[in-house]
Amino acid sequence: MLINRKEVQQIAVLAKLNVSEDEIDTIVTSLDSVVEMINHINEVDTNEVKPMANPMDAVQRLRADEVTETSNKEVLLSMATNADEDYFLVPTVVE
Amino acid sequence: MQFNGIKQISEALKSKAISVQELHDFYQAKVEKHAENLNCLINKTPQLAQQQIKQAQSLIDSGSGNLLTGIPLVHKDLFCTKGIKTTCGSRMLENFVAPYDATVVDNLNQAGMVTLAKANMDEFAMGSSNENSYFGAVKNPWDLNRVPGGSSGGSAACVAAGLVPVATGSDTGGSIRQPAALCGITGIKPTYGRNSRYGMVAFASSLDQAGVFARTAEDCALVLSQMCGFDAKDSTSAQVDKEDFSQNLNQSIKGMKIGVVPEWMETLPESIRTQTQQSIDTLKNMGAQLVEIKLPTAHLAVSAYYVIAPAECSSNLSRFDGIRYGHQCDNPKDLNDLYVRSRTEGFGEEVKRRIMVGTWALSAGFYDAYYRKAQKIRRLISEDFARAFALVDVIAAPVSPEVAFEFNAKKDPVSMYQADIYTIPSSLAGLPCMSIPIGLVDKLPVGLQLIGNNLQESKILNMAHQFQQETDFHHLIAEGFAHE
Repeated sequence: MLINRKEVQQIAVLAKLNVSEDEIDTIVTSLDSVVEMINHINEVDTNEVKPMANPMDAVQRLRADEVTETSNKEVLLSMATNADEDYFLVPTVVE
Repeated sequence: MQFNGIKQISEALKSKAISVQELHDFYQAKVEKHAENLNCLINKTPQLAQQQIKQAQSLIDSGSGNLLTGIPLVHKDLFCTKGIKTTCGSRMLENFVAPYDATVVDNLNQAGMVTLAKANMDEFAMGSSNENSYFGAVKNPWDLNRVPGGSSGGSAACVAAGLVPVATGSDTGGSIRQPAALCGITGIKPTYGRNSRYGMVAFASSLDQAGVFARTAEDCALVLSQMCGFDAKDSTSAQVDKEDFSQNLNQSIKGMKIGVVPEWMETLPESIRTQTQQSIDTLKNMGAQLVEIKLPTAHLAVSAYYVIAPAECSSNLSRFDGIRYGHQCDNPKDLNDLYVRSRTEGFGEEVKRRIMVGTWALSAGFYDAYYRKAQKIRRLISEDFARAFALVDVIAAPVSPEVAFEFNAKKDPVSMYQADIYTIPSSLAGLPCMSIPIGLVDKLPVGLQLIGNNLQESKILNMAHQFQQETDFHHLIAEGFAHE
């Protein structure tokens, strides 16, 4: 196996996902098959090759640091499940 | 009524042979008759349609409309539409109402197009069969027991069934070309950066690109010309001038050089290979010259893609925290529980799998071995194409190694991922590419992929249009869906 139960649990913690005991073996098997497929990229020597992050080799375009939108706080807060007039509401973090 | 393309419909609207409302009602009747059975729509947009009908009619009456004014369409449900649900095929966004329009939607609205509905899709555009939609799989109009392809399967099925003349889609690794092929219609993904990604829910940002489905290359060219253009709101938008992609459609393809990859042809099942070869021979008989080309790194494209796309997916989808918008779990016991349960409940199996693959590929110790390595393979593939395009104008290739398959036929993820072996290489290179119908195998449609060099949409559209002047495959319609 290229990936084991413990590693899958660790990935789930990092990804903020829960993997239940019922499904973990299935997930390990499916991720293992994906990793096996991915490993083919090691068939080619790429030591001298520059990574390509953007297909046009474009770099991030920056804009002037100017205000372009007026506040639409009400609209944005209305999209949350839990919000009051000024804040998104979350469970208590600091007692 | 019989409509044969946007130009003809537009002529009927301009000459007042038909009103925008009558045109809408004609297509709406087809939606009412077939959409539920095909499960190709997620939400209908009747109020928006009524507003847009009025606007379109007044544009036409005042003589200020263009060819697209009044033409009905559906948007893949990952394009944000102001005041209307945008679900992305996910429970996570089941009740999400965007506060703005995607630039692509805005550009088409400016022309006075009429939005009938939001089309079904694989959740977050991840899938090749549409079976990953939270709202259930879309059915292929050619055989209701088979998939329409994915991820833009709803859009493709809508056009194939004649519910609309045009639909928007998005393509990350084949999500326009493969469903276009499996549903027997024309679909184009332009060069990366041609269409703004602003307001298109992100899956893999260095690959995602919006595009169009229609019956013909001509209709695709007309709609794409209106959709595209530089957008300051998308930092990866290509800074190139707007182009009228319909300008060169009527040029002869005599003397044009078409690249063919022998290895790709050899790996096709015989029936699809024969059909594909015949369509390439047709292009040859029309005066094009065939040239054998090599893409020596392309066989690693699927492996590299399934590092890059999940890595970008895991990063993009980290925004779904259950707090600001999207699904939130009931009674979270603390903040971490809120994050974990909201995401675990909100995302489906395939989306979670890709988030996990991406998280793994980006985690400490693996970043160089996988993510950077995959990006290096991406450059090699891109260089393969650059060498090929020094010799040829267009590459002709298969779209899919098979015709539409039955539901639940592909249970393991890797066999599903292989559905995109011929579409992923050009996606990694960011090239414009399209699928055109080339006939039936076992009563199911097959497509031919035309790939162009960067920013050369006009060339592939020209070749596709010329092919469609010689052939009738784009007129084939599944039984029971022909316009009366």
